[in-house]
Amino acid sequence: MFSGKLLSMLALMAGIAWTPFGAQANPAPTSAVAPPAMPKPATTSTADHSKFKELQQSFKSGPEVTRACLACHTEAAKQVHKSKHWTWEFLNPDTHQRLGKKNTINNFCTAIPSNYEFCTACHVGYGWKDKNFDFAAQENVDCLVCHDTTGTYRKLPGLAGHPPYQDMEYPPHSGKIVKAPDLKAVAQGVGKTGRQNCGACHFYGGGGDAVKHGDLDSSLRNPGKYLDVHMAKDGLNFSCGECHKTTGHEVPGSRYAPTAGNEKPDAHKRGKQDSNPATCQACHTNAPHKQNARLNAHAVKIACQTCHIPEFARAQPTKMMWDWSTAGKLDKDGKPFKLKDPAGHDAYDSKKGDFRYESNVIPEYIWFNGRVDYTLRETRIDPNQTLRINTFHGSPDDGASKIWPIKRFVGKQPYDVGHNQLLVFHTYGKDDSALWSNFNWDKAIEFGMKEIGAEYSGKYAFVSTEMSWPITHMVAPKSDALRCEQCHAPAGGVGRLDQVPGIYMPGRRANEWLNIIGWGIAALSLLGVLGHGALRLFTAKKGH
Amino acid sequence: MSERIYVFKVFERFWHWAQAALIILLLVTGFEIHGSYILIGFKDAVEVHTVGAWTLVGLWVFAIFWHFTTGEWKQYIPTLKNIDAVAKYYALGIFKGEAHPFKATALKKHNPLQRLAYIGVLVFIGPLIWFTGWFYIFYDKWLEWGWDQYLSLEWVAFFHTVAAFMMLSFLIVHVYLTTTGHTPMAHIKAMITGYDEV
Ligand code: HEM
Repeated sequence: MFSGKLLSMLALMAGIAWTPFGAQANPAPTSAVAPPAMPKPATTSTADHSKFKELQQSFKSGPEVTRACLACHTEAAKQVHKSKHWTWEFLNPDTHQRLGKKNTINNFCTAIPSNYEFCTACHVGYGWKDKNFDFAAQENVDCLVCHDTTGTYRKLPGLAGHPPYQDMEYPPHSGKIVKAPDLKAVAQGVGKTGRQNCGACHFYGGGGDAVKHGDLDSSLRNPGKYLDVHMAKDGLNFSCGECHKTTGHEVPGSRYAPTAGNEKPDAHKRGKQDSNPATCQACHTNAPHKQNARLNAHAVKIACQTCHIPEFARAQPTKMMWDWSTAGKLDKDGKPFKLKDPAGHDAYDSKKGDFRYESNVIPEYIWFNGRVDYTLRETRIDPNQTLRINTFHGSPDDGASKIWPIKRFVGKQPYDVGHNQLLVFHTYGKDDSALWSNFNWDKAIEFGMKEIGAEYSGKYAFVSTEMSWPITHMVAPKSDALRCEQCHAPAGGVGRLDQVPGIYMPGRRANEWLNIIGWGIAALSLLGVLGHGALRLFTAKKGH
Repeated sequence: MSERIYVFKVFERFWHWAQAALIILLLVTGFEIHGSYILIGFKDAVEVHTVGAWTLVGLWVFAIFWHFTTGEWKQYIPTLKNIDAVAKYYALGIFKGEAHPFKATALKKHNPLQRLAYIGVLVFIGPLIWFTGWFYIFYDKWLEWGWDQYLSLEWVAFFHTVAAFMMLSFLIVHVYLTTTGHTPMAHIKAMITGYDEV
């Protein structure tokens, strides 16, 4: 058991060494452990792309490869064009809010506009360098980033979604060289999307490995069973797509409109009309506990994740706090600098401000029905209160909510003092307004706001923010699931669900009056009989 | 010197002691579930309590059957006759070394005060504990059966616990009163051997 854990820890550390962006990832350990080789899956495909004439040419750019792909896959680009991966836009059908990376402002890297070249390293397209990007061009779709199986294809921030076409030093001034991928070899080696494709972006959300989610990071490339029962190679060895079962390039699963509750038994089961394959119920149903019916009763009100993902950030620490207000400090030579915390995680970066990382975090628990409201750029905010970047709705008695584990991420970021609105600012660029080049907030904000064509009063300050993230990945083995006692009779006195309103929990929510009166009567009975007995003894002695 | 009469039949004695053991077990595990202390752990407490509860229910079904087929149920018909004398005995006479005003026989096993107390347990505390306990046990099914609209776990647990506190108080007084025979162990011996010395 222990040695198994140790082994997978080693594997994880090795995994960390392979970070696609390296942007803010943990430094590569100097140990000699080689990265785990991705075993080439025995393909069941009926087509060998290396035999196709169309792919036997030396491609000079991504779009050239795409044109070759589209010669046979005539509908592929049109499908991708409809997806969130392409549009970076999502219209919430319930709240009618226009969301998506293109529109929202969060409390991590905040906003895309004016930073396109950098951020669009994670766009499934080529060339989105400013707001004039052509979303209708089919050859702008990047097929390779999702279908490369060679592991050599990489997109770097600053190239507007292109891979480097020549070897390039990255990160700048690091002395590390990123090789330009051999597009011909990559094109001939295409296949089904695997976890390394999804992970190239999704493991690094928020600007580095494990930063954003806490339940989604590069340790999923080769996790031990203790970390993820579904994805462990010696377990079920699922790819991401096993749950996010994709048809026509439309990937199910959404943070903007998550599937959280269940109004009827067996909702979301695969094959049912309202199925969302990216739910636990899709495979496990609503009554997954075969041995213990009482646990199924729990599942009526409690999301599977609450018990089965007892902690997040179990393999790597995740960022819990990001304070932009301290960004821009320079050392005595006028140079930007970085500081580490005692555990060796980034604690300060002149470019980004202060951070706090945490490991093995106990989630917060809330009622959640899947409805999420966002604070948009247009929203008027109250700067004296902690601003909720998003609000997860739910209640014990709406019949649609369950108790969910979430990561609560807090921060500080600039807002417009004149208009009481969040600000878009220019972090990255080869001009002299970018925050990361000259560490001047005024210029960075002015540039960002001009870019989106919005008014700016000229005065900014920092507002405290918080943002909620559902915890749903990295499901632990059932032996590590929460035990009854952790909620009902916690040894340390603090139960997991103590803060969750609207539930009667045996062991925790006894009526205080009932206890006082009940124990009082029992104590009086005891006193009564003891007194009676004492009197009997006393009088019996006297009688003799 | 004194006369020995056969008061408690085998089944009665078995019923009594099995019930005593179960009730103590249920009290101990019940109040652990309630959150009053940590003893064997919440999960085990729930499991033991559930098995114990069903066993007690089974025992009671047998006991009710036995009482009706043997006619012994008449032992519990409440009576106020002489009740004042018995009450006076426990309040005063017992301290003066007076004799108990009630003589147990095979036909009349319980004094009037006992009858009242036991019938209270049988028709009030017992059923309250049973019904609330059953609602509690079947909490899993409330949604499926549509009971969730009418019941709240909080109140079911409340009344179950009320009954549990009553049972606890009854137990304390009951155990003490067993020591009030002509020797402290006399009543307890009777419930073991079946014979009472009068
Ligand atoms: C002398 C008899 C009994 C005593 C003293 C007793 C006492 C208790 C107490 C104090 C609790 C904790 C309630 C709370 O705080 O929520 C409890 C829970 C419970 N009792 Fe009893 N009980 C007895 C008999 C029964 C019977 C006969 C049943 C079923 C027919 C039953 C079923 C339950 C159930 C299901 C629970 C809740 C366990 C859980 O959380 O799953 N009990 N009991």
